[in-house]
Amino acid sequence: MSKPTTAELERIASQVRRDIVRMVHAVNSGHPGGSLGCTDFLVALYFHAMNRKDGFDMDGKGEDLFFLSNGHISPVWYSVLARAGYFEVSELATFRKINSRLQGHPATEEGLEGIRIASGSLGQGLSVACGAAQAKKLNGDKNLIYALMGDGELEEGQVWEAAMYAAHCKVDNLIATVDFNGQQIDGPTEEVMSLGNIKAKFEAFGWTVIESNGNDMASIVSSLEEAKKLTGQGKPILNLMTTDMGYGVDFMVGTHKWHGVAPNDEQLADALGQLEETLGDY
Amino acid sequence: MTKITYTEKKDTRSGFGAGLAELGRTNPNVVALCADLVGSLKMQEFIKENPERFFQIGIAEANMMGIAAGLTIGGKIPFSGTFANFSTGRVYDQIRQSIAYSEKNVKICASHAGLTLGEDGATHQILEDIGMMKMLPNMVVINPCDYNQTKAATIAIADYHGPVYLRFGRPSVPIFTPADQKFEIGKAIKLIEGTDVTIFATGHLVWEAIEAEAVLAEQGISVEVINIHTIKPLDTEAILASVAKTGCVVTAEEHQMNGGLGDSVAQTLALNHPAPLEMVAVNDSFGESGKPAELMTKYGIDAANIVKAAQRAIARK
Repeated sequence: MSKPTTAELERIASQVRRDIVRMVHAVNSGHPGGSLGCTDFLVALYFHAMNRKDGFDMDGKGEDLFFLSNGHISPVWYSVLARAGYFEVSELATFRKINSRLQGHPATEEGLEGIRIASGSLGQGLSVACGAAQAKKLNGDKNLIYALMGDGELEEGQVWEAAMYAAHCKVDNLIATVDFNGQQIDGPTEEVMSLGNIKAKFEAFGWTVIESNGNDMASIVSSLEEAKKLTGQGKPILNLMTTDMGYGVDFMVGTHKWHGVAPNDEQLADALGQLEETLGDY
Repeated sequence: MTKITYTEKKDTRSGFGAGLAELGRTNPNVVALCADLVGSLKMQEFIKENPERFFQIGIAEANMMGIAAGLTIGGKIPFSGTFANFSTGRVYDQIRQSIAYSEKNVKICASHAGLTLGEDGATHQILEDIGMMKMLPNMVVINPCDYNQTKAATIAIADYHGPVYLRFGRPSVPIFTPADQKFEIGKAIKLIEGTDVTIFATGHLVWEAIEAEAVLAEQGISVEVINIHTIKPLDTEAILASVAKTGCVVTAEEHQMNGGLGDSVAQTLALNHPAPLEMVAVNDSFGESGKPAELMTKYGIDAANIVKAAQRAIARK
């Protein structure tokens, strides 16, 4: 099967953004800002970069695996998983409702296809990704591990424990991406807790760092291709990806105010007016 | 039943090391992780025989729990090793989210639990770990009593799919369980049959309970001693059957009264068969530096205290 073109990926992303704002609006809760910012990345990852098997099994042998560490952007992940065929798109309507498999933050207990670990309490995903990467090596499985973290999440110490480990143990089948949007709940990261030079920090820890524009599909695709080529060379790979929080919905862009707030009816209509329905709403 | 005796003393952590080494030879999916305490956890034999299946994490326990969770994805059975304090309190949220809630097949193996860690003092003498671990849904909590049982438990938990907390200790203690005794998770073991009072003991306190029974027997008191090696799932059937016969209970553990075995037994009795219960446990206090035996006495969890508790329980019948 041929890979989708950049234009086709952008059309998928438009639909995913519609799903996101509709999902959070329906339950008046959830996290649209980071979800919208990471939409292009997750679409490129699942529809272009990752080597995926049909169906889902927990062990994921013989395919690439993805771990979402900043679990609060679950709306974008659920939408991408559904649109990629892991479960019915109609199930997106159950997001955050009672008896749903689409928990507020990703979970395995309800058996949702595509999810391999619970996340939401921040800072844990890179460690899990390191473990899964080591399991791949033990199994002689040449496929890759992808992980996504928020930039605010880098304030958690465990991230740096994992960063140190990955370099020391040459976990070179791991491509971690940082969603560098410069925002966290209480405000800009520069005000809340300056992250300093993220690139220099990871390089100092022994990682290979590439940079990309997370809201430019062509940039994401080429950076992921570049990252893949850099695997297997004894160093873990960090993709430092600049995004705009809320990208795609003009009144949500570039502010932490839409981190965990849902649009009202008028705002939803406004947002949907900016996002073409390309694959049919759920 | 024949009198329970011993000829040799050994630390339970060495039982873990021996069990892990055996698993290394018999189960290719077993992997081990350690946070800079290989010697203390007795993991050297496994590491020597299976270097590619050992992961040294350094002093980074939170990372170790996450890596262990990740290793299960791909079919590995990770055994993490560090002190009980760093296996639980330090990494509670990592265990809660990445292991227990995520239903990961991780075996959290925790040494140096309780007061008998000794001279290092209260910073390292965790007495809350059983409580923390048993509160987590999906988590099995095991506290074996001697070298043989710890070895058997280590081997047994590899065949159980799901998160397990395995707690053991530092000092040499009598080996009194049979070397060939199969370990069944959640199945209490009756060591001494009696009719006047039941002592439910776990971990190092099982031997203390056996010694207490000898003292009480000389006083004409018939004591039943049951080894509750698995605190969760609790063998409520065995507990209720025994208390139906004896009518009163003593629990004994190297742990806080809050949240320990005594709590679990009290809940079982209150819900099913209320009966006088006395708890031998640390009473809302941190430990301190000292020799293990001195600490057991000072904090009221040795055989002499079990004897007194049994007398109190019987008097309340």
